[in-house]
Amino acid sequence: MTTTLYTSDHEWLAIDGDVATVGITDYAQSQLGDVVFIELPKVGRTLKKAEAAAVVESVKAASDVYAPISGEVLEVNDALGSEPALVNSDAQGKAWFFKIKIADKSELGGLMDEAAYKAHTA
Amino acid sequence: MLSRDDQDSLKTTPLHGLHVALGGKMVPFAGYDMPVQHPAGVLKEHLHTRSQAGLFDVSHMGQIALRPKSGKVEDAARALERLVPQDIVAVAPGRQRYAQFTNADGGILDDLMVASFGDHLFLVVNAACKEEDEAHLRANLSNDCIIDSLTERALIALQGPKAESVLAKLCAEAPTMKFMDAGPHKVAGIDCFVSRSGYTGEDGFEISVPAGDAERLAKTLLDNPDVMPIGLGARDSLRLEGGLCLYGHDIDTATTPVEAALEWSVQKSRRTGGARAGGFPGAEKILAHFDQGAARRRVGLRTEGRAPVREGALLFADSAGGEPIGKVTSGSFGPSLNAPVAMGYVPTASSALGTNLFAEVRGQRLPLTVAAMPFVKNTYKR
Repeated sequence: MTTTLYTSDHEWLAIDGDVATVGITDYAQSQLGDVVFIELPKVGRTLKKAEAAAVVESVKAASDVYAPISGEVLEVNDALGSEPALVNSDAQGKAWFFKIKIADKSELGGLMDEAAYKAHTA
Repeated sequence: MLSRDDQDSLKTTPLHGLHVALGGKMVPFAGYDMPVQHPAGVLKEHLHTRSQAGLFDVSHMGQIALRPKSGKVEDAARALERLVPQDIVAVAPGRQRYAQFTNADGGILDDLMVASFGDHLFLVVNAACKEEDEAHLRANLSNDCIIDSLTERALIALQGPKAESVLAKLCAEAPTMKFMDAGPHKVAGIDCFVSRSGYTGEDGFEISVPAGDAERLAKTLLDNPDVMPIGLGARDSLRLEGGLCLYGHDIDTATTPVEAALEWSVQKSRRTGGARAGGFPGAEKILAHFDQGAARRRVGLRTEGRAPVREGALLFADSAGGEPIGKVTSGSFGPSLNAPVAMGYVPTASSALGTNLFAEVRGQRLPLTVAAMPFVKNTYKR
């Protein structure tokens, strides 16, 4: 059973036990436009909450993706290297960015559920 | 974010309502509320312009008529030559030329297009500079010319390989025009100024149209299935692939035309030994750059990977250590090349094609190569 949570910076986290799969929301991709390049963190890197973890580049601009919670990067989505446009077609599915081992479950408390996120982007 | 006051103070072009109706994503640009993209998005808009035709609203740009008080267009041309290093006298009626306003230090105040319509000159200048340009013209040319700011006109660019066939249906003369031809023509029955030029590297036209007729003309053009509305995002990626300078980024008051690799735009008649050599602001420095060379030069840059190198990235000679030797002034992803493209300034000694350099991006040095521009072969109808 996974629970999906959201940040005010337009990331989503699918929580499954002590692992969170992280990506950017469909709203975020619609704002960025056509994604042409994604830089992902290295597997094994320990991220601190709110630090720049990945970069999404559209034709027009580069945008940082911040770590929504602290923890070690367990896996990254290599498919995004060859097909960055996946972010535009399936932001909240196939275009996940990385999986992180949740270091401190209390950090999840500050995140939004789907209803709250919908209100945030309305 | 802009406050409500800022939003309200933004100017709009005669096509603003059409952009909103088409679903354009509106952003502030040079004081105007302009579409950065339409629903198709930057990538598709860019590729559509290269394969078919794109319609751009460039009405935010300044359109100025220089009317000679003597009635002789050569007098307006001679007057304008006091402000630009180009040969304007030689611009024949019905022709257009790329030019720059220079300053006393040899830097560039703005770049512009100058057309001769036989009895007056027609200028198109950048939106962000148009007030200063107009004041500059008034301060320097008022004895010889009436400076007539054509604020009641819109400017529509139609660019791409289908531009000619699209426009031919509305303007019989369009197919007979060659690159940089310019003159008054009827388009869809409307009195327009049409030039065969643009800012994409593609064949195409720019159409100056009375503001009240602009939306009707734009809609008529968009009715053709070959034509797609294009926003400022794709305009930027198209001009970058075309190797064309963006004022305020690739050229500014601190770059001379020689440093900017725009020597081709300065005719021999205005260079040392020419019939009307010098006589423009900063001539001493600009002609010295022609005669002795400049220390730095604008070059094209290509990377191996897919990471775009953006404006402001510092350039280095080596993969580690050393001081920066230059800077990227425009950089993006080139949709037609499916690869990053950039331009920037480097020491002339490092400006040869094939020179290997490095750009610092997020703390890492990415390898780059000095590459020929335009990055995409232009398709002008010469």
